[in-house]
Amino acid sequence: MTDSKYFTTTKKGEIFELKAELNSDKKEKKKEAVKKVIASMTVGKDVSALFPDVVNCMQTDNLELKKLVYLYLMNYDCEDPNPLIRALAVRTMGCIRVDKITEYLCEPLRKCLKDEDPYVRKTAAVCVAKLHDINAQLVEDQGFLDTLKDLISDSNPMVVANAVAALSEIAESHPNSNLMDLNPQTINKLLTALNECTEWGQIFILDCLANYTPRDDRESQSICERVTPRLSHANSAVVLSAVKVLMKFMEMLPKDLDYYGTLLKKLAPPLVTLLSAEPELQYVALRNINLIVQRRPEILKHEMKVFFVKYNDPIYVKLEKLDIMIRLASQANIAQVLAELKEYATEVDVDFVRKAVRAIGRCAIKVEQSAERCVSTLLDLIQTKVNYVVQEAIVVIKDIFRKYPNKYESVIATLCENLDSLDEPEARAAMIWIVGEYAERIDNADELLESFLEGFHDESTQVQLQLLTAIVKLFLKKPTETQELVQQVLSLATQDSDNPDLRDRGYIYWRLLSTDPVAAKEVVLAEKPLISEETDLIEPTLLEELICHIGTLASVYHKPPSAFVEGSRGVQHKRLPGSTESGESESPDTASAAAVSDAPPAVIPSQGDLLGDLLNLDLTPPTTTGPPPPASSGMQMGAMDLLGGGLDSLIGAGFGAPPAAMPASFSAPVSGGLDDLFDLGGGVGMPMGAYSAPKTVWLPALKAKGLEISGTFARRSGVIQMEMTLTNKAMSVMTDFAIQFNRNSFGLAPAGPLQVLTPLSPNQSIEVTLPLNTVGPVMKMEPLNNLQIRAP
Amino acid sequence: MIHSLFLINASGDIFLEKHWKSVVSRSVCDYFFEAQERATEPENVPPVIPTPHHYLISVLRHHIYFVAVIQSEVPPLFVIEFLHRVVDTFQDYFGVCTEAAIKDNVVVVYELLEEMLDNGFPLATESNILKELIKPPTILRTMVNTITGSTNVGEQLPTGQLSVVPWRRTGVKYTNNEAYFDVVEEIDAIIDKSGSTITAEIQGVIDACVKLTGMPDLTLSFMNPRLLDDVSFHPCVRFKRWEAERILSFIPPDGNFRLLSYHVSSQNLVAIPVYVKHNITFREGSSQGRFDLTLGPKQTMGKAVESVLVSSQLPRGVLNANLNPSQGTYTFDPVTKLLTWDVGKINPQKLPSLKGTMSLQAGASKPDENPTINIQFKIQQMAISGLKVNRLDMYGEKYKPFKGIKYMTKAGKFQVRT
Repeated sequence: MTDSKYFTTTKKGEIFELKAELNSDKKEKKKEAVKKVIASMTVGKDVSALFPDVVNCMQTDNLELKKLVYLYLMNYDCEDPNPLIRALAVRTMGCIRVDKITEYLCEPLRKCLKDEDPYVRKTAAVCVAKLHDINAQLVEDQGFLDTLKDLISDSNPMVVANAVAALSEIAESHPNSNLMDLNPQTINKLLTALNECTEWGQIFILDCLANYTPRDDRESQSICERVTPRLSHANSAVVLSAVKVLMKFMEMLPKDLDYYGTLLKKLAPPLVTLLSAEPELQYVALRNINLIVQRRPEILKHEMKVFFVKYNDPIYVKLEKLDIMIRLASQANIAQVLAELKEYATEVDVDFVRKAVRAIGRCAIKVEQSAERCVSTLLDLIQTKVNYVVQEAIVVIKDIFRKYPNKYESVIATLCENLDSLDEPEARAAMIWIVGEYAERIDNADELLESFLEGFHDESTQVQLQLLTAIVKLFLKKPTETQELVQQVLSLATQDSDNPDLRDRGYIYWRLLSTDPVAAKEVVLAEKPLISEETDLIEPTLLEELICHIGTLASVYHKPPSAFVEGSRGVQHKRLPGSTESGESESPDTASAAAVSDAPPAVIPSQGDLLGDLLNLDLTPPTTTGPPPPASSGMQMGAMDLLGGGLDSLIGAGFGAPPAAMPASFSAPVSGGLDDLFDLGGGVGMPMGAYSAPKTVWLPALKAKGLEISGTFARRSGVIQMEMTLTNKAMSVMTDFAIQFNRNSFGLAPAGPLQVLTPLSPNQSIEVTLPLNTVGPVMKMEPLNNLQIRAP
Repeated sequence: MIHSLFLINASGDIFLEKHWKSVVSRSVCDYFFEAQERATEPENVPPVIPTPHHYLISVLRHHIYFVAVIQSEVPPLFVIEFLHRVVDTFQDYFGVCTEAAIKDNVVVVYELLEEMLDNGFPLATESNILKELIKPPTILRTMVNTITGSTNVGEQLPTGQLSVVPWRRTGVKYTNNEAYFDVVEEIDAIIDKSGSTITAEIQGVIDACVKLTGMPDLTLSFMNPRLLDDVSFHPCVRFKRWEAERILSFIPPDGNFRLLSYHVSSQNLVAIPVYVKHNITFREGSSQGRFDLTLGPKQTMGKAVESVLVSSQLPRGVLNANLNPSQGTYTFDPVTKLLTWDVGKINPQKLPSLKGTMSLQAGASKPDENPTINIQFKIQQMAISGLKVNRLDMYGEKYKPFKGIKYMTKAGKFQVRT
């Protein structure tokens, strides 16, 4: 039977008859009736009078009948002469989240996307995103994405805005598809639409603009000029999106350009205004300002006061403001900042007070001229005897000692008075460090340290390690009075402890002391590298990426979007234009790729601030140096012998060592400082040449125009080396290899240039060894063993 | 885009949920409740909370948490601004934005939310357009609706959405044509112990109530536009004209709207309209503390300081306060330790004061923290920044409207440290 029968008419008023059939009790009859209605519709008959009856049929379990009703509704409304009805129809059709229905949506949607009325087109654009959410394949097959791209050039700004919004949303689930093909023409369209569309549309357009890379500084400037008026918008999201575009495009402007200065000045007021808004807005704004001041501190350098904390600000606003105050602190405003911080340190909220005290210490480290005032402020605070204030103050004073050695020791006496009130591990560890470091000036240093030793096993690892080091320092400074003490702590650490870090460190000291006391002195009492001014700066490449994501969740969490947004894996890392890191556009033969080594995350006990880690030397080595070796019982026996024979002679002039028990790896020259970080990992009982991880592929050929790099780190004769195999998997010869190290957590840097003398022919491999040292600049990275590789 | 919205009251009940895409189980709010438990005060709940599959972005207004659920990367400020718009719309429709009002009008609430977002994209957020679509409830209309079974959904279609001035309805008619502008400035300040200003800034707004027939085109000019160097405009303001001539030129929305907000930063000299003399002291070993507070006007250009309200969070160790106000009334809540003093108007000839003693727990040590004094006040007929409107002109329509401009200064976050 064909559907043609539905077109036959009867004499008795067709509509009347259909109405009766639609209200029939029999399902089959109903279905037939709806089919007839649709048939009539397709030949242009007016069946609108049946609207309520058809809609009634929707209340059924029969899927076919349901579908037919939808079809009726959509066809009817999408043809309506009133654009608002057509728009309502297309809006509603997207809300029917039933996969089976979607194919019926395509034809009406296609019509609406090309509708003469902009309001209908604008609504249809959103509908494409809805449909994509339900059935992505269908949307692609039907060519709706292309239609959507065409709408970016629509004459109506609202349509443009919605098309951009829909495309952006679709692009999220298709990270690598090149949905938005931005070229100067489309950019111009977007900029025109920007002025005339709704506030929400402006956000979508600005966010889309931010993905564009201008061809030159002139284009960059002209876009900036057209975006700047958005800074005066009442909607804070518009303002922040505009800030993002400007911060990014500014990178391309020459700094001596007048306009560059003008732009810098224009950025401050809108950012300040965001801080007078509701606290939730302030929070997001502050997280972003934190990024902005790291990249361009000059923008807000005169605006310190707006970051002063009001006592009834929510805690999350207070803590963010404090962070920015420290970033902006300079010699010019330090007096004001210190006065404020001191005020905050007497507030009620414990977290805030702690952070304020810590901030005072950071000021001292950052602004040398203020160090003395900071120290005296901290002493005042210690006098309040408020427990958590005292503990925080001691932790930061330790940092100040690290930055300005031998300058403020006069305060040690005051600190020692508070020894008994310290109950937090960090404060105890800090105090112990101070006592150890200045043992020669503290008369009763041995008593003080001994008092901690009583409850050694109840202390946290941090305190135990610190106590071990401090007592060894004390011993090296005052060997005659403290031999018993050092024996005690070494035996506590090596025999009674289950903690491999503590045990390893105990053994190292032990052997050092027993083999070569001079070397021990050199290592343990070595001059420590000064701590850097700002320890919590975001790593530059990450900062660049985050600047490109101002206003997004990534900017709130200070993490790259790929790290946390679901379904966006493989997101392209955004880079600021014109900066050194983004060589792609300027030199086409430079391929850039980032490869993360396959090694499991490094076993770093504390992911806290680097400052603490450096001081404590708590770092276990990165896994690339090899897993911590199992401590064999045989070794422990050997250590026992040491205790018997070794220590006695320790005190004697010779410091004679029992060489038989010395593992070979410790004969490696130790240059002090950070190097012993790596030594710790060598571990007990390691044979010469130690374990090194097998090479893993760091850079697959696909990502680097045919150059494959695999490699590993190893220690050979006490020198850290990077061993690489370079393989040319491309068709042409490769030459001119070079290597550059980003700043990293371990200060690793090449000790010499990369030596690849011969050109690398296709399919040829070459083994390269690059000696490394650890005197490079130190910069905290997360994860610590992340490896970025750039190949020629 | 925005997936779902949950409204949560102070006791942690979800009393309304709305989903614009697929339904997100309300169990996602458990992450919010955890954060709420950790927060010491209701306002300390962080505005952005990550969960394994979603992000929760919330605002707290009128003791209700508006919690939006998002799944993909969406600008948080976009979400927060939208939530503010929801709150403003509820307030506009129901007069107040409370749990009771929302529950009473749950149908209108759903209709509004449906119109404000389409699949998570903002659709109609302008109050003018919404009111065409969905009529605000009135007692009469509610009664009629109950009897006749009709609804609030407007018969008309939102024609404004098609126009080039989407913020204004067409065919507006009034018998009395009037345009009122309120210049309202809030002064935020931190004053230190010694009475000197640490920071002071002004947040100003110009709120308008315009009831004019047809399509009027207005211009507003200022005596001293130089003051306005940091401004945010309603979309109706023509930005180019402002850049070039420092004149506000616009076709206004119908009814109430915020024309402009501006900020006078701490780098300008900001006049401080009141001063406080205070002496709040505790002595070691004594169970008594002294409390002595006097208020006075300064830099008010002869205008009266009114509706003065002083509040201060006294240290936790304070058991009670026995004070004597020279005018007004004071209360001290021994549980929250909040002292409030409703002063009223400051008479420059007889300065208001609050004096007396505070009792401390016997044997307790002297409190460490110094209480901060929070002051609220109003000054009529003055904008503290000195901003003055020069003239208001209307083009495009023939009738003569009635025009009015009012000035007011209020305290924003005005804090005096002791």
